[in-house]
This record gives sequence, C-alpha cells and structure tokens, in this order.
Amino acid sequence: MTGSLRTISDRVRDGSSSAVAELDRCLERIARDDGPIGSFQCTGADAARERAEAVDRRIAAGEDMGPLAGVPIAIKDNIVSRGEPTTCGSRMLEDFHSPYDATVITKLIEAGAVPFGKTRCDEFAMGSGTEYCAFGPVHNPWDLDRVPGGSSGGSAAAVAAELCPASLGSDTGGSIRQPASLCGVVGIKPTYGRVSRYGLVSFGPSLDQIGPFARSVEDAALVLQAIAGEDIHDSTTIDSPAEDFTTSLHEPIEGLRIGLPSEYLDAHNDDAVNAMVHAAVETYRGLGAEIVDVTLPLTDVGIATYYVIGPAEASSNLARFDGIRYGRRVEPAAGEGLFELYARSRGEGFGPEVRRRIMLGTYVLSAGYYDAYYKRALQVRRLIRREFEDVFRRCDVLLGPTTPAPAFRIGSISDPLAMYLCDRYTVNANIAGICGISIPAGCTEVDGKPLPLGLQLQAPALGESTLLRAARMYEAATNHHEARPGSNA
Amino acid sequence: MSTPESAGDPAAQISLEQVRHVAELARLAMSDEELESCRGELASILRHIATIDAVDVDGVEPLAHAIDMSNRLSDDEPAESLSIDDVLANAPALEDRFIAVPKVLDPGADE
Repeated sequence: MTGSLRTISDRVRDGSSSAVAELDRCLERIARDDGPIGSFQCTGADAARERAEAVDRRIAAGEDMGPLAGVPIAIKDNIVSRGEPTTCGSRMLEDFHSPYDATVITKLIEAGAVPFGKTRCDEFAMGSGTEYCAFGPVHNPWDLDRVPGGSSGGSAAAVAAELCPASLGSDTGGSIRQPASLCGVVGIKPTYGRVSRYGLVSFGPSLDQIGPFARSVEDAALVLQAIAGEDIHDSTTIDSPAEDFTTSLHEPIEGLRIGLPSEYLDAHNDDAVNAMVHAAVETYRGLGAEIVDVTLPLTDVGIATYYVIGPAEASSNLARFDGIRYGRRVEPAAGEGLFELYARSRGEGFGPEVRRRIMLGTYVLSAGYYDAYYKRALQVRRLIRREFEDVFRRCDVLLGPTTPAPAFRIGSISDPLAMYLCDRYTVNANIAGICGISIPAGCTEVDGKPLPLGLQLQAPALGESTLLRAARMYEAATNHHEARPGSNA
Repeated sequence: MSTPESAGDPAAQISLEQVRHVAELARLAMSDEELESCRGELASILRHIATIDAVDVDGVEPLAHAIDMSNRLSDDEPAESLSIDDVLANAPALEDRFIAVPKVLDPGADE
C-alpha cells in the first residue's frame, strides 16, 4: 500500500522516508504493474527525481512543508511541464516539449509535491474510454478487457492500481468524474475558475477545469487545496478568498439537504446503478440528511447542448495546430501551397474523433447555422444554469450516479453518439460551471468480475467545502473507497 | 444553403458537398471515404442535437461563460518571458532564427 497523502508526507517530513524514496516506490510499481494497464505515456523519471531531490533538500534545510511533502502526483498528458513531452495523446504533438510549466505544476512543486510523468488520455481529451489515444488504449485495472473511462483514463487507472497516490486530470464534460467512477477512485471537477488552466492544452475553454484523482476524499481535497487559486496567467480564475477545504472536512454537515433529481434515476440506467443511488439515499438518511425530491428537466438536453458548445470551442481553439510554429508538419507537394500544408498537417496529425469534433464545431459555427445551433445552445446554457440555481435554493448538494452504467468493454461502442451519451450526468456541471465529485459507491459483478460504480455529488459554484464534507460523510459511513482491484474478487 | 428555421432541418439532408466545404473551412485534408463516413456521423449527431429545438428559449440571453466575469487587465510591468530558443525548438522548420513556411505571395503578381 502506498498510504494516504498525510501518511506519506509525515514519513517524508520525519525522515523515515524521503521524496526520492516515495518517487522510486511509484516508479517500481509502474515498472512492475503498468504493462497490461498502460496508464503512463512516460514516467519522466529524470525530471521527477530532480524535483524529489529538491524537496529533500528543502526539508533538510528546515523548511516547514505541508501535507503534500514528497507526494508523487502523476500528470495527465495534456498538462505541460517545462522541457518534458506533452502529447495530448496525439500524433500532432508527438515531439512537442513545453517551454514552460503549467500553473498547477508550479503550485504542486511549491507545496512540496513531486509532479511526475504523463498519463494517457483520449486525444486532446475528447473521448469517454481512453480508447482514442494515438499511442494505445488504457485498460481498466478492475477488468483489463474494459475501458477505464475517459478522457483522463490513465490518471484514474494509475490511482486505482496504486501506481501513485494521486494524479491530475482535466474535465470538460465529465473527463475526471466519469473515469473516477469507472475505476473506483475519487475525482473532483472544481468550480469553473477555481483552478488555473494556464498550461492545460485547451479543448473547450469555457468548460475545461483541472482537478485531482485520489483514493479518498481527504487526499483529493489536499491536492485541490494546493492547486486552487487565482492566477495572473489565467484571467478566468476566480478572484475569491483562499478557502481551506480540509480543516472541517471530517465534520458531518448537520441538517444537510440532499436533492435527488428524478431525471437521475432514469430507466435506461443499469439496474445496479439505480440500486446504488437508492442505497446512497438510505445511507444519507441514516446520517440525518434530509432528502429533497427535485426535478432537472434540462438533464435530457445536456448532451445536445454540450455537443454544440464543446465542438464549437474546440474547432476554433484547435486552429492553432497548423503545422507552422509547433506540432506535426506535412510539407506541401510541388505546386501546392500554404493551404495544403495546413490541411495535410491537420488531416494526418488529428485522429478520427478530433477531426469529427472539429468538423461538427465548424459546421455549427458556419454561415447560416450559427443562430440555429450555437446561439440556441448558449440560450439553453443559461437555462441550465438557472435550473441549477433554482434547485440549489432548496438543497445543498445534488445526488445521483456519475455514469449510467459501469465500465464497458474496449471496442464495444463504435457509434460516436452512443459514446457521447456516457456523459449524460456529467456535462451539465461544466455547462453551468458548478463543482462535482465522483466517489466510490461499491461494485456490481459483471461476467464474474466486480466493477466499480460511482456516486456523483454536485454543489453550486464555489461550493467545494460543502461538496467535500458531504462526500466525506458518505465515505466514512460506507468505506467503499477501500475496495481495490483484485482485493474483493 | 438556405437559413434553416431550426436546428433540426439540415441534419438529415447534410450533403457530401457540404461536408467537403466544412472540411475546407476547417483545413482538414480527408479522403472521399472519410468524408462520406463523416457525413453519416454528423447527420446522426445533428439529429440528436436537434432535441434542443424543443426548449423554449424565447427572450433568453445567450450565455457564453458560466461564471460572470469581465476582462481583467494585469499591471503594466515588464516580466520575464519564455526563452526564444526554447520556443523555436518546437518549430518544424527553421531558417536561422525564423520559422520557415511555404511561399505565400505569388512571385508573378504585381506589387
């Protein structure tokens, strides 16, 4: 066992371990166990060891470090770090080395953590299974024939398989919460603007947020604490007073009001998923929470709205990959010019799902269709936000499943739309900018193997403290987070 | 292309020529087979997207950003910027300290 973050940082600070030893422990586990899982694109061992040595020197010099001292944290392959590769799971960026550190990397280093490696993801974070990674898929540690979810599948699988104690992912429509659910770990999508996106390779800039994966709510909260805050390099970060998510974390919320949207108990959900939600409701009732029946009718148009806004933003955003300043370039043939350089570089550099979304986004933004699609989607976006605001007057958090079903088999979903619908319960939090968390909620047995299910809680913008405390109440009452792949088979 | 009344109209009718035009706008070189399969996928996704037509959006202001915020200016103070060498190291083709690109202007054209 690699232990909790506090256990690790305690032993690093008291000298019974070191940042270098903790990093080596992770690297050994990855060398031993990651082959069949494939969660790491690279381990970045040399750069990581330098960072770990620097932490050990700071401790030796008497610096008083916090609860992340010497904690190795794996990084999704769409977050840049100076001098290291960031591929975004794409041939387009196969040889790209960043000239700078993302703000989250800088903040983790300041907090004494050791960010390391790059975990595999769907290309440019577009996907729900980490099957659309140009360098190979990631396998779910609970059942290697199944997906870990996506797009941050590598970050989720690495934490589930105990290759590292925590990791960072990014969530544009569910890309942290959905793989957390499918891999049986905790994943947080913070409020939009809570965490700086500087150095996150942009997909949908009004939707993207970086957030943590860990094996407990407290560990995830500690990482969130370290990466949150206003940043001069990201003008969309929220200028709000620093808040401590961890001091009151273990105090139950008295009179907690939990909203249960009827739309979240859909008949199309896997039976085990609906049973899990009912059991969670009973758990909370037993803890003294009040269950409030609510409705969120716009849940049903979330995916439709998202697949206008997300691809529209992506198509404009990914225009930067033009084969000129960085990324893959295909030189034009004789008689061809700049247009062909752009089109061939992009046609060859991007995989099918990225091309699909660029096409969709370009279409909905093109002359004659802009109002029918993009403008209308932004109008629905306001209504979705309003719907959340209205229900949050009557409850503190919303409860439901993270996903309609447990992990699916690799290669079993070929229809793009069917894949998109996996994110039915997660996209609206991004559309409305609110925060959400997926926490382990037990397993269902499929084909003789236990597969994790995730419980999603959502709270209003900047409601992380309430969200995390409510999540911790459930975790403390159930201990589902202690289940590990292979341990309860 | 006529302006559709609603999002639902063009979904079923999206033609190969439209898909080719969009691919040009997006600067994506695709084969005929890729364009054809893209046509079917776009049609299916656009049909699903058309479900937002059922939402009454009369008089609703579009919302581009979930959190209300306005432009923020940073202090006008010089700060260290990225190393030019590091940045150029990612360029696919260089000539001296410049990024090389194909000829953009027609040499035969008048000034």
